[in-house]
Amino acid sequence: MPVILDARGLCKNFGAVTAAAEVSAAIEKDSVVGLIGTNGAGKTTFINMITGYIKPDQGTIEYEGRDITRLPPRDITRLGICRSFQIPQLYPSLTVYENMLVGLGIVLRNARLAGFFHRREADVPGYGRPAHEVAEHLLDRFGLGDYRNRNAQVLPGGARKLLDIALTMVAKPRILLLDEPTSGVSAQEKFGIMQMVLDAVRAEGATVLFVEHDMEVVSRFAQRVLAFYDGRIIADAPPQAALADENVRRYVSGGHA
Amino acid sequence: MRRDRTLVLVGAVLAGVLVGGAFIPQWAMFIVTIAFAQGLVALGLMLLLRAGLVSFGQALYYCLGAYAAGALGRFVGVADIFVQMLAGALVAGFAAFVLGFLLAKYRGIFFGLLSLALSMILYGLLVKNEALGSTDGFNILPSTLFGIRPGPQWVRYAVMASAAVVSFLLALIVHRYLRTPLGRLAPAIKDNEIRVEYMGASARYAVHVKYVIAAVLAGVGGALAATTVGHIDPEMAFWTTSGEFIFITILAGTGNVIAPFAGALIYGAIRTTAYDLSPNTWQLSLGTALLLIIVFLPEGLWSLFKRHARHP
Repeated sequence: MPVILDARGLCKNFGAVTAAAEVSAAIEKDSVVGLIGTNGAGKTTFINMITGYIKPDQGTIEYEGRDITRLPPRDITRLGICRSFQIPQLYPSLTVYENMLVGLGIVLRNARLAGFFHRREADVPGYGRPAHEVAEHLLDRFGLGDYRNRNAQVLPGGARKLLDIALTMVAKPRILLLDEPTSGVSAQEKFGIMQMVLDAVRAEGATVLFVEHDMEVVSRFAQRVLAFYDGRIIADAPPQAALADENVRRYVSGGHA
Repeated sequence: MRRDRTLVLVGAVLAGVLVGGAFIPQWAMFIVTIAFAQGLVALGLMLLLRAGLVSFGQALYYCLGAYAAGALGRFVGVADIFVQMLAGALVAGFAAFVLGFLLAKYRGIFFGLLSLALSMILYGLLVKNEALGSTDGFNILPSTLFGIRPGPQWVRYAVMASAAVVSFLLALIVHRYLRTPLGRLAPAIKDNEIRVEYMGASARYAVHVKYVIAAVLAGVGGALAATTVGHIDPEMAFWTTSGEFIFITILAGTGNVIAPFAGALIYGAIRTTAYDLSPNTWQLSLGTALLLIIVFLPEGLWSLFKRHARHP
């Protein structure tokens, strides 16, 4: 499989704290990669650097051969790298449906398909149908149809997570970065949410990187695991091998693999 | 497809003013025209308020518009109402385009106070400027319409009708803008800018555009007020003038493009009545009115309409 995202020698220090020390990883197209590690190990910093939220002190990030290291988040998003957040980032005063429409509006605008002088509602790129239909389609796909007219503010935890992920899907991402998609979600819901997300992703065709603390979720859904510790990648292997790694057992999973 | 009720309503208001306006007394024409001028400023403030931004200095553009109109007469000898409004729009729009690079970075109280500071700088400059009449300001040439000077009894009507037509067109443009993706971004920017950026849009750009539109509207409003009153002075940039516009915007609510004009008219009526009843304490009545609105209709007078529309 060709490499879609190539991070090389990423370093980031926050004062005396090292958040990334020579982090390198080449991500293959259409793969599902799990990022594991204790809090402060550098997983979210890695995602933040890829999505342009923080700039690395050293190193480069290439996306399909193009250097994106210094681009702002919106430009990286426009290129097809989209992310969800550990704490869902929604538009709380809008309904679930309106949340989706805002996102789809941005997609249409960026594709120069909607604006002041456009008379008709255009089809959303990649979906081949107008925004209101795509919104319904994605809400159904993520099991949010029942919440359609509820304000995002009053959604239960699992639905908030799903809406956050659904919002990242409107732009048909080529790479999807999920920051702890199952945190704050009950144990029973975890597998359901991951399954739903990965089904949706497979249907749309995208590469996935997800941060996860639950090793069961990781071993079930990831094809490859990057284990972080102290700003470094200490293991890079398929789940079985990675979780059996001695360093990973000592520093990450705490003995239960 | 559902009929757009706003278009029908805006058209009805225009027709009402053009036809019915001919039969109202001169003083009422004055109040209606000023309501259009202030309504335009409030319409711009509404755009910003939807994105969670309160400009305490919109009088800056109101005053720039007025002085642009005045300068046109004073230095070039042009007094055509439409040319004056166009000049007001261009000058205010250009100033906002430049200042917008600075202001679009700020949110909340910083945005508010920075806009206030800028308007007070203009006030200070005008007060010191002898060529523009210093604190006294100067008089505006009597209005003409396409080169024709209407007879004395028709001047007020001509200005009011022009104000109605221009306000109608601008309200339609804003109404359309509110339905574009950029227009719809306002509540999203108010709610969560991080998410806006991570969906591939620039919140700063969106705010900049809204700021320029708001300034253009205020500039047209200022030019209109100048030609209606026949006199301009630096008070038009003073912070109390900005306060009036915020008052109108809150009174009206942000639900619809008609709301700011209705709000401005009601504001004019409350103010005139309050002044008539007690010339020394009219601010007290105005304050009470605003208090009642905020307590009982937090989304402004327009929410009365909206509730009615939802449960017919």
